[in-house]
Amino acid sequence: MLDPYKIREEFPILKRKINDHPLIYFDNAATTQKPEQVIEAMKEFYENHNANVHRAIHTLSQESSELYENAHEEVAKFINSGGMEEIIFVRGTTEAINLVAYAWGLRNLKRGDEVLVTLMEHHSNIVPWENLSKINGFQVKYADVNNDGTLNYESFENAISRKTKIVCLSHVSNVTGVISNVKKIAKIAHEYGALVLVDAAQSVPHLPVDVKDLDIDFLAFSGHKMLGPTGIGALYGKREILEEMEPFHGGGSMIREVTFNTITRRCSVSLNDLPWKFEGGTPNICGGVGLMAAVKYLKDVGMENVKRHEADLTEYALRRMKECAKVTIYGPKDVSVKCGILPFNVEGLSSHDVALFLDSYGIMIRSGFHCAQPLHEKLKLKSSARASFYIYNTLEEIDRFAELLKEIE
Amino acid sequence: MSTVEDYVARIEETCGEEKHFVIMFKYDKRNEAIKKILKKAKVEKSISRIIFELTFENVSFRLYGTGKAIFRNLKDKEELRKILADLLL
Repeated sequence: MLDPYKIREEFPILKRKINDHPLIYFDNAATTQKPEQVIEAMKEFYENHNANVHRAIHTLSQESSELYENAHEEVAKFINSGGMEEIIFVRGTTEAINLVAYAWGLRNLKRGDEVLVTLMEHHSNIVPWENLSKINGFQVKYADVNNDGTLNYESFENAISRKTKIVCLSHVSNVTGVISNVKKIAKIAHEYGALVLVDAAQSVPHLPVDVKDLDIDFLAFSGHKMLGPTGIGALYGKREILEEMEPFHGGGSMIREVTFNTITRRCSVSLNDLPWKFEGGTPNICGGVGLMAAVKYLKDVGMENVKRHEADLTEYALRRMKECAKVTIYGPKDVSVKCGILPFNVEGLSSHDVALFLDSYGIMIRSGFHCAQPLHEKLKLKSSARASFYIYNTLEEIDRFAELLKEIE
Repeated sequence: MSTVEDYVARIEETCGEEKHFVIMFKYDKRNEAIKKILKKAKVEKSISRIIFELTFENVSFRLYGTGKAIFRNLKDKEELRKILADLLL
């Protein structure tokens, strides 16, 4: 069992007051707060081990390289991948998806091909494909969603064909919290010879995720949404696919050697091993160290416990919010098919009015499109307010939130 | 001579179909700004003197005692700046 009261003691920011009220942080789908263990790991790195990684032979560089490599190993184990060769550190989910689009898509997608995404995607899983389609001339197709925000599997099956080269979808919607059946999608996609890229920004922090069990080709997620620092995230890719891919960034670290031919007067480049061939330049070493601390923290808590705690909070919040006559909640109400994300509106008020009202009482929620405008258009919403929960949130906080929603009415 | 920038720390254009602007007043100037606005705008409703529903020249907006305000459905930032100047200067 997870004890949120004990966990809260490890998050310094939760002691803060906002506008003279205790902070209630319900914007976890945007970013999460950081425990002392993560803050300390990063501080310890800069105070005792800081140096650039790889190639240098001095002690600090050895320590720094070991920490950075261990971080890859920890992340690899966390999602049950085949090893650190399959884990590329990036800035976050957006960069991970762009890496696949430009390192794989640029060379493998051509006119006549199709990329299949869904209408519930975050803009970061739409824009890279739409942008690349303007260069390569392939078509981007959209699988529909149902009125409750769940994926329309029939629409997906109608849209996929032999022309589909890659299927790109969210594991968990950042608006409704809906969990899509990625395993089923991957099976169908592979039958058509398509690869599968999963945006796991909202799933890896909240559910046990096993890339081998899901049998997906790429998985992208961000450190800052799972207690880690900003500016670090990971792309998982199946080793055989990553080996075939060309690098995304060219520069130092990602090459084995660059030799100058005096006859042709050109340089020839041989690439480094995985995962380094995709990590050109000095990486975010301290970010990696922070991410490793976050992964260890979540492993200690237990991802099944995280999932259960969020389901309990969501179920309770749904019940309390239903007491508010003017509140409409979107998405499915069955917590077995969703994570702890609740989009809603209050009749007669814009989502921003709601967010500002709650802010004045120390409650942080999100308002707007949440970078998912096509889904809002599909659900006929001008915008939505969004409360999203994590391991340090409590039932008492939900009570306070629900009482204030009644007051705003 | 005072300017709008003397009072305003940040202006956020909201994301969503509705085009709203959220104003965050400078911490040390927020009480002065609130006082000036309440003097010029018409109070339609107030909750515990913390949140005020106001109108000014046919524009409706909400002002928070915490030093924030939301102006609804304005054409653009220019219109906002004009209203803020009328209210604050």
